[in-house]
Amino acid sequence: MKLKLRIWRQKNAQSQGRFETYTAENVNPHMSFLEMLDVVNEDLLGKGIDPIAFDHDCREGICGACSLMINGEAHGPGRGVTACQLHMRVFKEGDEITVEPWRARPFPVVRDLVVDRSSFDRIIQAGGYISASTGGVPDANAIPIGKPFADKAMDAAACIGCGACVAACPNASAMLFVAAKVSHLALLPQGRIEAKPRVSAMIQSMDNEGFGNCTNHFECEAACPKEINADFIARMNREYLQTKICPEVS
Amino acid sequence: MKLDARIPDGPLAEKWDRRRNELKLVNPANKRKYKIIVVGTGLAGASASASLAELGYQVDTFCYQDSARRAHSIAAQGGINAAKNYPNDGDSIYRLFYDTIKGGDFRAREANVYRLAQISNTIIDQCVAQGVPFAREYSGYLANRSFGGAQVSRTFYARGQTGQQLLLGAYQALMRQVHAKKINLYTRSEMLDLVVIAGEAKGILIRDLITGKITSHAADAVVLATGGYANVYYLSTNAKGCNVTATFRAYRKGALFANPCYTQIHPTCIPVSGDYQSKLTLMSESLRNDGRIWVPKQKADKRAPQDIPEAERDYFLERKYPSFGNLAPRDIASRSAKEVCDDGRGVGEGGFGVYLDFADAAKRLGKPAIAERYGNLFHMYEKITGENPYARPMRIYPAPHYTMGGLWVDYHLMSNIPGLFVIGEANFSDHGANRLGASALMQGLADGYFILPYTLGDYLAQTKPGLYKTGHEEFKKSETAVSSQTRRFIEMRGKRTVDDFHRELGKLMWDLCGMSRSDKSLREALQRLPKIREEFYRNLKVLGTGEELNQSLEKAGRVADFFDFAELLCHDALHRSESCGGHFRIESQTPDGEAQRDDKQFSYVAAWQHTQPGQMPLLHKEPLTFENIKLVQRSYK
Amino acid sequence: MAVTGLMMFGFILGHLAGNLLIYAGPDTFNAYAKKLQSLGEFLWVARCILLTALLFHVLSAIQLTFENRKARPIGYRRYDPEVTTYAARTMMLSGIILTAFIVYHLLHFTFRLTHPEVSNLHDARGNHHVYAMVVQSFRQWPVAVAYIAAMVPLCLHLSHGISSAFQSLGLQNNRLLPVFKNAARGIALLIFVGYASIPAACLSGLIQYTAGRTP
Repeated sequence: MKLKLRIWRQKNAQSQGRFETYTAENVNPHMSFLEMLDVVNEDLLGKGIDPIAFDHDCREGICGACSLMINGEAHGPGRGVTACQLHMRVFKEGDEITVEPWRARPFPVVRDLVVDRSSFDRIIQAGGYISASTGGVPDANAIPIGKPFADKAMDAAACIGCGACVAACPNASAMLFVAAKVSHLALLPQGRIEAKPRVSAMIQSMDNEGFGNCTNHFECEAACPKEINADFIARMNREYLQTKICPEVS
Repeated sequence: MKLDARIPDGPLAEKWDRRRNELKLVNPANKRKYKIIVVGTGLAGASASASLAELGYQVDTFCYQDSARRAHSIAAQGGINAAKNYPNDGDSIYRLFYDTIKGGDFRAREANVYRLAQISNTIIDQCVAQGVPFAREYSGYLANRSFGGAQVSRTFYARGQTGQQLLLGAYQALMRQVHAKKINLYTRSEMLDLVVIAGEAKGILIRDLITGKITSHAADAVVLATGGYANVYYLSTNAKGCNVTATFRAYRKGALFANPCYTQIHPTCIPVSGDYQSKLTLMSESLRNDGRIWVPKQKADKRAPQDIPEAERDYFLERKYPSFGNLAPRDIASRSAKEVCDDGRGVGEGGFGVYLDFADAAKRLGKPAIAERYGNLFHMYEKITGENPYARPMRIYPAPHYTMGGLWVDYHLMSNIPGLFVIGEANFSDHGANRLGASALMQGLADGYFILPYTLGDYLAQTKPGLYKTGHEEFKKSETAVSSQTRRFIEMRGKRTVDDFHRELGKLMWDLCGMSRSDKSLREALQRLPKIREEFYRNLKVLGTGEELNQSLEKAGRVADFFDFAELLCHDALHRSESCGGHFRIESQTPDGEAQRDDKQFSYVAAWQHTQPGQMPLLHKEPLTFENIKLVQRSYK
Repeated sequence: MAVTGLMMFGFILGHLAGNLLIYAGPDTFNAYAKKLQSLGEFLWVARCILLTALLFHVLSAIQLTFENRKARPIGYRRYDPEVTTYAARTMMLSGIILTAFIVYHLLHFTFRLTHPEVSNLHDARGNHHVYAMVVQSFRQWPVAVAYIAAMVPLCLHLSHGISSAFQSLGLQNNRLLPVFKNAARGIALLIFVGYASIPAACLSGLIQYTAGRTP
């Protein structure tokens, strides 16, 4: 296959970026999207052009490093996949593919397609944990957790922190990411203890980072490679309102 | 050099308690005066950083990823072992200990492994308290499954994402300490050198991957939690960024590298589909419970699998191992697959693959039963290959997966360089020559949560805090060396890319020092490696500068270390002329083709000391003594 | 946003119910109007609450839009949303049209400034002839068409707004979400039909007013 690529190139955070057009020759349908970029990069290196920088690591859809806006969709076409799990067989000979970095103020471009997602880490720092220090905890079976709760918590905990939800949201909102962590912990009895301060602190941190607001487009849910449900956002909103109305022990 | 493993006296079950009682403590008011560097934020690094910070030490933590949450522990699927005996099936600390030692083909220390089994239970408690959503029964109690051929159900799991959930637990604990300003976290920061002053580890050099700036960091102790080296094979199930650089540069500074030849190959991975292949994806071994593995009897048979009649198929595992059949252990299954492919009977593009066929199972159990058991794996396979495993047999091939070898450490997890501690996959300590399924997660967390915080305190209690600053000449020397290497790569302007060299290295290692090794293949490897390396340092092409985000430059540094490390690995593999665990020497096998250990000659840890670049490293032996168990030969006939 | 939105939604329902009384004839309709007027201070309290809600709704809409724009200073060259709806994406536009409409609507029927010739009649009992005002206004086709047209953005605004409000208040889950979504669309459509039917009925002559006719 031969494809035309329109790729965002930007030297560093300070410089202006622009789109460059490249041709990808000999694309094998079994390649992953990132492998296709590898091949393009080898080709660019051969021509003396700086290779395209992009984040990637595990290449099996779990580390959350890859972060490409492919043809206007976060992680490209197809539900429930990251860019590293997207295979070239979904494209056709001669297709034109636009590749852009995640776009959001809290995700500044570092170089080419690489963005800085440390804002996500700071949101977790604000309260995305249970304050259990090492040692001195009870036996694991001393805290029974109903299977439906454990399962639902796991659904939320599956988040890989890639930022596709933000990238896909028309408002660049991080609600799904935050809601997933808030819900994961709040659904478990050991996490209930800090649920109220946690939801306040994490939402405050999210707002401080400059993410947009949720206006319920549900694009996040559609883009999420782990198909995390947007009802966690409703869950978080409920938790947040309860906390605002009754912040103290009730 | 005398290797003192500092194993405590006394009965096996009491060793750890005794040692804990003897360890020196740091006064709580003094803890904040000590600075500890932790490199790596996987299970071991994140759990250690968090636990040390909770104790009150100042911790500086580094990772090359953009976030601590992305370390490759995240990709572990299966589960984590613990001797809880919740299912009441007779499990015990001793059994977990015994299974781990035996699984490691009797090449690990008894005392270390026993401690690991003891701690396993506490890890589960800790993770549950942190909110790890382990699978539950309807009663609300924790669920267990049997894994990796164990006869008891001792594996705790969180769907197929156990590693992810455990890592997120440790990452969140880490983030909590970052928020409390007890940890300075440096992301996109790669360790390029260890600084040793007056014989002790006192700091590291870091390259900021965004700005390219090289900075010195001084501390009272250094902890390496930088994972394994399976990427020496280029194609492995490891993440692309996994590398040997941190441990290898510590090795160059005098740390001993133990048992590098112990590498684990996983039999059920999705095969390579072309030259562009960048990594291999593992699929759960449970597939072998119902799938039948075969290749065509005829060489280079290009027919579609369904067109090959039963009589023309070779179910080679069932043929060679009638009683275990398709469930033969990982190493045996892997080697057999390689043999038939080397014989020209492999299937799929390139001929490196064997069929894993569910047609019989579907007839016997019905398609819904198969879908229920393996649906998610089939789905994953289809996503990657575009083939439907219900309609067409899967293709699988073995892939490097985990490395048991690593920097040599004593019972305290301290290397032979005082102040340098090594935890998780980066050390060699607990898995012997082969690691059992669901044990890697257990070891990483045991080291980080429950061993290092005690033993590191013992070291610190005997040193003064803040002895050296980054202005010390050793730091300056390292800075010069590291900068000149960077410049060298940039200025070379040769013709071949880093990936090209890495692929060549990987193929060589896979062919000559992969699943099965021989005296001849290893000598050939040792002869060819210096030549490729020589070309690497002459003909490498890296564009751009060292003062920016430059992914080719990062890779160049890593591959350079892989070249040197590959030689070390081959030396180790060559010297160990026995077969054991993941190390199979063709010369040392039973008449049935099983790995033949040689306990008389090789019951020791091979710890290698760096001498001069390009020169034979020096071998030190730490004898392994077994006081509590009897050594036996594996048999799977 | 959600709270003020739902308050106005409540008003829209009540207002529609009242308006539909027009089909019951001039007497009932005028009596209803008189009843409303007679509420006195209650009416003013209600009006104040609604106006405040509207004001907050508009202000927070402006703030949200401003913040959301700021959150993505550089847009995508290509952006292909997958599931969002036209209604959701045009909330601001429909909101602006509705605000303008509300101003006109108040000037028209509450302050009776735009069409004074039909707005100040009285019925036989000497009450304000609201029925006449409405029917005669809508006999003028530009007015009727403007009202019907304005109901399109209202319908769109509500079709996203109602279920969105429940989501924002955390009053749904993934089982209720499709129910709310579909219900919101259904309700929005009914509201459109309900409101738009009145100018349509007047214009088509289905509802008529003959001057001087006493019931």
